[in-house]
Amino acid sequence: MNQLEQDQGGWTARRAEIDRSCATPCLVFYASSIFWLLAGTFFALLASVKLHHPEFLADWSWLTFGRVRPAHLNTVIYGWASMAGIATLLWLMCRLCRVPLMYPAMLVVAAGLWNLGLTVGTVGILMGYSTGIEWLEFPMPAAFLLFSGFAIVTLWSVATFAQRQAEHVYVSQWYLFAAVFWFPWLYVTVQLLLMLFPVKGIPQACINWWFAHNVLGLWFSPIGLAAIYYLLPKVIGRPIYSYYLSILGFWTLALFYNWAGAHHLVSGPVPAWIVTASIVGSVMMIIPVVTVALNHHMTLHGNFRLLKYSPTLRFIVFGAMSYTIVSLEGSMMSFRFLNEPFHFTHRTIGHAHLGMYSFFTMTMFGSMYYIVPRLTGREWHSARLIRIHFWGVALGFALMYLCLSIGGVIQGLELNQAGESLEKLIAQFGYLDGISKFVEGFKAQNGAVPFLEIVHGTLLWLKLRTVSGVLLLAGHAAFAVLMVMNVHAWGRRHIGPTLFHDEDAADYDRALRQARADLTPANSGD
Amino acid sequence: MNYATWIFLGVFLTFAAAWLGLVFFPHEQLSGLRAQKDADSGQVFPPPYSGEALYGRSVYVREGCWYCHTQQVRGGDYNADLARGWGARRSDPRDYVHDAPHVLGSMRTGPDLANIGARQPSDKWHYLHLYDPQLTSKGSVMPPYRFLFELRKIVGQPSPEALELEGAASPAEGYEVVPSREARALVAYLKSLDRSYEFKE
Ligand code: HEC
Ligand code: HEM
Ligand code: HEM
Repeated sequence: MNQLEQDQGGWTARRAEIDRSCATPCLVFYASSIFWLLAGTFFALLASVKLHHPEFLADWSWLTFGRVRPAHLNTVIYGWASMAGIATLLWLMCRLCRVPLMYPAMLVVAAGLWNLGLTVGTVGILMGYSTGIEWLEFPMPAAFLLFSGFAIVTLWSVATFAQRQAEHVYVSQWYLFAAVFWFPWLYVTVQLLLMLFPVKGIPQACINWWFAHNVLGLWFSPIGLAAIYYLLPKVIGRPIYSYYLSILGFWTLALFYNWAGAHHLVSGPVPAWIVTASIVGSVMMIIPVVTVALNHHMTLHGNFRLLKYSPTLRFIVFGAMSYTIVSLEGSMMSFRFLNEPFHFTHRTIGHAHLGMYSFFTMTMFGSMYYIVPRLTGREWHSARLIRIHFWGVALGFALMYLCLSIGGVIQGLELNQAGESLEKLIAQFGYLDGISKFVEGFKAQNGAVPFLEIVHGTLLWLKLRTVSGVLLLAGHAAFAVLMVMNVHAWGRRHIGPTLFHDEDAADYDRALRQARADLTPANSGD
Repeated sequence: MNYATWIFLGVFLTFAAAWLGLVFFPHEQLSGLRAQKDADSGQVFPPPYSGEALYGRSVYVREGCWYCHTQQVRGGDYNADLARGWGARRSDPRDYVHDAPHVLGSMRTGPDLANIGARQPSDKWHYLHLYDPQLTSKGSVMPPYRFLFELRKIVGQPSPEALELEGAASPAEGYEVVPSREARALVAYLKSLDRSYEFKE
């Protein structure tokens, strides 16, 4: 045995030890996240149906639209997305630092606190104890429980990082390290300023949106990017394209994302300089986004064929591409001329799901397809269920995005057709004939379209969104079944991954070998 | 210095800089705003909410009306907030000095309500609309808030506040539908939403 092989032998044993140490806490977080995903999907469908059939379950105050909608947002954000994110974060951190998780039982306690907080918070909202602040509706006791759980996660991540055995700090670790600091800072600041020493009026709105935006940009985005940066090269077995691009991408994200919060208040009753600062930050975000996109694209370049076989890779690449699209879309949406007409419409909801669903949720699915078998030692039982999962959520999401975007654009143009606003909008599109003509078609003929007519115009698109929700639910249910099977040790032992089609294994191996043909063992990683 | 320290410093500084910009300075600039007292008439703008309206506001927050209704008339070139008649002027930070939580809103599934008190002063309309939006606005997607009303047996004289329901919507013989305390407070709040006063510079 030469030196290299011995090292690899040592690392294989170490890796198994790390995975074992993570198994219980990560599986508890993952299992809980799936529970909250199903709960959140249930609330989502209720909210969605209520938006076109207001009589549906209307006489129970605790299921009125104004309570079900925040129940949806908070369960999917703090329940599904955050818990799946935390499990991914912990596993990645241990793997990359090459140290086992210390005292894993404490993280099970953290998951318990977090679940308790979610339950108290969700029931609180349904019972009418919402704080009334978007993205922070959970009443105080729930917020306190969430924070205690998160404090443990932060301490453990930092301790793991401090003990790291690997001399190289990989880009995923920067993102994770930053995320575990940013989130508690955000959460504490906002709880202090909104709940304990409550500020009123407009300063409160500024803080509200500074928080809501940063949760997306400084908590979910870094975790999603860390997972993509780790798994993309891992699955195809090639190193990341450029180390320098990853540094540039990370620091420009840290610099600009922080500033973007007030783009949720464009032309609102806030001092203009605040909004302008945020618009600048939003537009500058193009730098990290394009940098990251280029880095990911070039890493995968030439090996797109692998998407046909590997579930992890297909979900991750779906997520990575969505990250680029949602961010570029977001930069556009922060311009005054595009923001004002569509600000309060379903267009924004479309963007929101492009970010939280198509980018983050898909990335988490991909991560779980890779990580869970390493925690349980079992592969996924059924390629068919994986296919149902993928096509359910991919088609479901595409339909949702399409109908919210079309419906939202029509709604926005109709809401803003009175006065001079469309003239001015058209002037911005001077050189794009098609768009100008299209907008022209919405100009008010005899006074503004009555509000109720605009409402009727959105109904078709809202009904289609409910259809998309059913497709998404089918996908989520398939995934939940896969997860239950895996944890209950149905399914074969983990040797190689379950692919989309069982019969493709030989093709997949060939494609993988080709992808790695020009690499020496030293840089092919494990 | 070690690697972790560098990352920590960078992460802290970028965060702190934007915190100063988006949280601290706006707070410094705006938290000193107070309602304005008109020297001649002695009136205060914006007028403080009455106790009843404040209670109604908590119902507005609890029932999540603000997920479908904004309360802000925007300035800017590319929107028709003023042209649609949602207010006589652009909303000002000072309009919100009494507001917590802020309920500016983020969706216009329904119309802006910053000035609904000026636009729709009728109690009767509001009660009917809250009880069942279809009665006043056929085809609306606003949920009915029947749970804010009481169906009760008429004892003696019918209540003057009872809703005038007709046809299929009317309650059984000998019964009447009256707004609960919460519905009355909510309507008081809606009627207080009138920001048509002007501030003096
Ligand atoms: C699902 C979204 C939704 C929710 C939640 C909602 N509304 Fe509405 N609201 C609408 C729509 C749509 C309209 C326009 C059609 C109509 O008049 O019903 C409207 C109209 C109104 C109007 C009349 C506005 C005008 O300009 O004439 C008032 C007042 C109102 N809503 C108050 C409320 C209150 C109070 C609540 C909470 C108890 C509430 N709404 C909850 C959607 C909603
Ligand atoms: C450079 C990157 C991005 C920019 C500049 C950006 C910009 C914006 C803007 C301007 C809005 C406000 C729309 C409006 O109300 O009119 C918005 C809303 C939103 N964005 Fe983004 N976006 C970016 C990336 C993302 C990502 C990566 C995600 C998800 C992880 C995301 C999720 C959301 C959500 C959920 C909302 C809705 C918030 C709400 O109203 O509750 N965005 N974004
Ligand atoms: C089953 C599929 C889903 C359906 C049908 C659905 C539907 C909805 C509906 C109806 C709303 C309210 C929109 C409004 O007020 O007009 C909403 C908001 C939201 N949903 Fe979902 N949702 C789904 C899944 C998810 C998932 C998995 C996530 C995130 C992980 C998510 C994140 C959000 C966010 C962030 C908002 C707030 C958007 C905003 O304020 O602009 N949704 N969703």
